[in-house]
Amino acid sequence: MAALRSRNISVSEASRPLLPRHAKLKFDETRQVWVILAPERVLAPDEIAVEVLQLCDGVRSVAQMVDQLAEKYAAPRDAIATDVVAMLQDLADKGFLTEAREKTS
Amino acid sequence: MSPTLTDTGVAASDPSDGLAVLEKRGSTAETFGIPLAVLAELTHRCPLQCPYCSNPVELDRGGSELTTEEWKKVLTELAEIGVLQIHFSGGEPTARKDLVELVQHASDVGLYSNLITSAVLLTREKLIALADAGLCHVQISFQGNEPVVANRVAGLKNAHEKKLDVAKWTRELDLPLTVNAVMHRQNLHQLSDIIQMAVDLDADRLEVANVQYYGWALKNRAALMPTIGQIEETSRLVEEAEVRLKGILAIDYVVPDYYALRPKKCMGGWGRQFFNISPAGKILPCHAAETITGLEFLSVRSNHSIAWIWQNSEAFNRYRGTGWMPEPCQSCEFKEIDFGGCRCQAFALTGDAGNTDPACTLSPMHEQIFKIAETEAAADNSRFIYRNFAGGTLETGGEYGA
Repeated sequence: MAALRSRNISVSEASRPLLPRHAKLKFDETRQVWVILAPERVLAPDEIAVEVLQLCDGVRSVAQMVDQLAEKYAAPRDAIATDVVAMLQDLADKGFLTEAREKTS
Repeated sequence: MSPTLTDTGVAASDPSDGLAVLEKRGSTAETFGIPLAVLAELTHRCPLQCPYCSNPVELDRGGSELTTEEWKKVLTELAEIGVLQIHFSGGEPTARKDLVELVQHASDVGLYSNLITSAVLLTREKLIALADAGLCHVQISFQGNEPVVANRVAGLKNAHEKKLDVAKWTRELDLPLTVNAVMHRQNLHQLSDIIQMAVDLDADRLEVANVQYYGWALKNRAALMPTIGQIEETSRLVEEAEVRLKGILAIDYVVPDYYALRPKKCMGGWGRQFFNISPAGKILPCHAAETITGLEFLSVRSNHSIAWIWQNSEAFNRYRGTGWMPEPCQSCEFKEIDFGGCRCQAFALTGDAGNTDPACTLSPMHEQIFKIAETEAAADNSRFIYRNFAGGTLETGGEYGA
């Protein structure tokens, strides 16, 4: 089982991340903010993080997400890639992001 | 562009401050929006008899428990007022035959559900039914890393073995698992092995929770109080494990406050970011609050809404914020950091819940409390008083684990 641990993923542009079922992205109507609900935690992602997380469907690669965001914000791709990978890695390290993968590399 | 995630932490023991992040308004001390998470103590019935049980010594009888329909109404109301997570606890929540139905209802109204369980009543089929009903997270208590100590503390044969099974099923069903290890003088020597057990069980989180001394634990303080040497070793082990297991196992560490210099920020401040609901439906600032006599806690069965009770009831407002504080708290620079510590502990040890928590070095009673802890730990009386509806039963036979 240990080898199948989906939590210790290393995020790269090739990753196809998605939220595991125990991490729920939700709009909190009472406080009018987006939240991620996780075991014993409520995370408050900012607007950009929400936008990135909404792209995490297990199908899109991080590279595709970065392309999309770079175009939308007319921003340097490198800078966006660095930020997005760092944020997703942070989420993965906390166990709130998993990865869809057909093959192991 | 710099995406950030702010961890607002909803656990009662969590030092970070959820509401301050989500509801920036007014001073830290006066912030008390609707809690992000609520603890629902579905029942006080439990097959275990742990001598440090966090339930009150005066347990709610089965007959006084809220009905299925009443709990469902409560869950709906909680979701409507902005609560995001529900912790199903007890007693043993799986002793309620309607647990699957309640978890399903929590899912239906959009609440994130946690099950805090001793696990001994669960079958694999029941766990599957709970997962299918939308359960999001399972927390299992462990009393040790092997059956001899663990089953003696729990006061139940084969409890440990059963817990191991349920923990495995939990991960097989891909539910996140938290191992909750309640630590005291008679099991602290197992801490390294408990940490390894949590890793082997593929747990996501481990709570190393030193016993807090109210209610049952206060009755058993002499049998449970660790030595200073044990606490120093515990802190060293936890720090080492946190570094070694980064990314593998998250560890939350609750220190025993009798040996602390500063009191804990109990519940994040009275009536500030947390409440729980007792089996009979009382809305309480913490699970031990009923130990404080002279406070009237209103029930969901009263003609008030939950939000009204939280915001307006006398019991919640009595120790809310910092205005109620006497000296040395009132002029203390830490008053908005620890909120004067724990009201229940202040009541239990000084007879007045409004006093400074004796865990604080600034309390005139601190020295005395520290000495009691040292003396009791050194005396090493290891005989338990087991928790039950009869008011407790002294451990019999054997040499009390010696």
